[in-house]
Amino acid sequence: MAKQVSPRGPVELLTTDREKVTADWIDTVAGSLQGRISRAEVDRELRELYGALVEGLREGGDDTRGESLSEARALLTELSRNRARQGFTPSETAISVLALKQALEPALRNDSADDTTAYLRLARVLDDLALFTVEAYTRTREEIISSQAAQLMELSTPVVKLWNGVIAVPLVGTLDSARTQVVMEKLLQALVDTGSEQAIIDITGVPAVDTQVAQHLLKTVVAARLMGAECTVSGIRPQIAQTIVALGIEFGDIITKATLADALQHALRASGVDLVAHQGVGR
Amino acid sequence: MSERVPVLRIGDILLVSIQVDLEDQTVLDLQEDLADQIVARSARGVIIDITAVEIVDSFVGRMLATIASISRLLDAETVVVGMRPAVAITLVELGLSLGGVRTALDLEKGLALLRRSATGAELQ
Repeated sequence: MAKQVSPRGPVELLTTDREKVTADWIDTVAGSLQGRISRAEVDRELRELYGALVEGLREGGDDTRGESLSEARALLTELSRNRARQGFTPSETAISVLALKQALEPALRNDSADDTTAYLRLARVLDDLALFTVEAYTRTREEIISSQAAQLMELSTPVVKLWNGVIAVPLVGTLDSARTQVVMEKLLQALVDTGSEQAIIDITGVPAVDTQVAQHLLKTVVAARLMGAECTVSGIRPQIAQTIVALGIEFGDIITKATLADALQHALRASGVDLVAHQGVGR
Repeated sequence: MSERVPVLRIGDILLVSIQVDLEDQTVLDLQEDLADQIVARSARGVIIDITAVEIVDSFVGRMLATIASISRLLDAETVVVGMRPAVAITLVELGLSLGGVRTALDLEKGLALLRRSATGAELQ
């Protein structure tokens, strides 16, 4: 290279062959994403990032957590969030930064000590930024997971009214402490709101009952009883009955029924309702 | 001097509605008043309304059980009414299931419960 300027730092290294470096970079990244994001989009994202990176390095050196690179960091956060939402892997996200190192390697060919030092300094900055992307990626993923968990929690615990004074909670899915807590609170609140004296917890949709789940159910039943309502557990499948006995769980004086229909019948009888089948209606 | 919780009479049923924060001395006074009143009025039922109680501890939990035991000795049945969900959960977490205390959702249902058990007793 003829136009050797001294001293060459990371900024010069990046800007000397600007067009070629960015083109190489974009090629590598677009290649790794296998067409799942359009080339034009990658092009736009990376050029913006490139600009912010050069600007940041020129202003404030290589402190990746510093003020000068905040623009680059914001762009990277945005990029990582998008990648995480679209279902890319963490490596596919980090490569967006790391591929720049690869694109800069040709600049090292002329064996200049300055270039090597500059490259190493830049490599450190890029490594940091790559870590930053992975962090942002993970954070987004965690946000997605926790919002899904909250949605699931909301969706899966409806309290339904079966009759005047009889309410039921059909439980679906695995029970854990947090969910049982929500179920318990909703059920008890519904008892107050509807003035119901009979509650049914239906566990037909619960795949497995272990000691902890049983413990939670017992607590709910006792709490309902403290408030002056009777609570029946229904929908115990044969395998689950076997497991409960094998685990040695005592349900004590809590009423359990095999099906929701049996539980409803029991609840109606306890609240003084008689069901009479009309004559002539064949069943 | 802590204030005393009033004991009201409806027929042969005594009604205690707890509206204040329960201090230990208030609870002890209440137990004493209630025992006196059950004997003086020959009451056969006691209703403790805790609709307004938002915070309980193990002491209050034990108070309910104690009052129930005292009343039973004096041949009166105790019904605790209007327990809030949060209070019920707390008591369960504290391991207090208040065995021997009858409960009802609200005052009306509590009265109905006492009336039912009275007619049941007469029939026997």
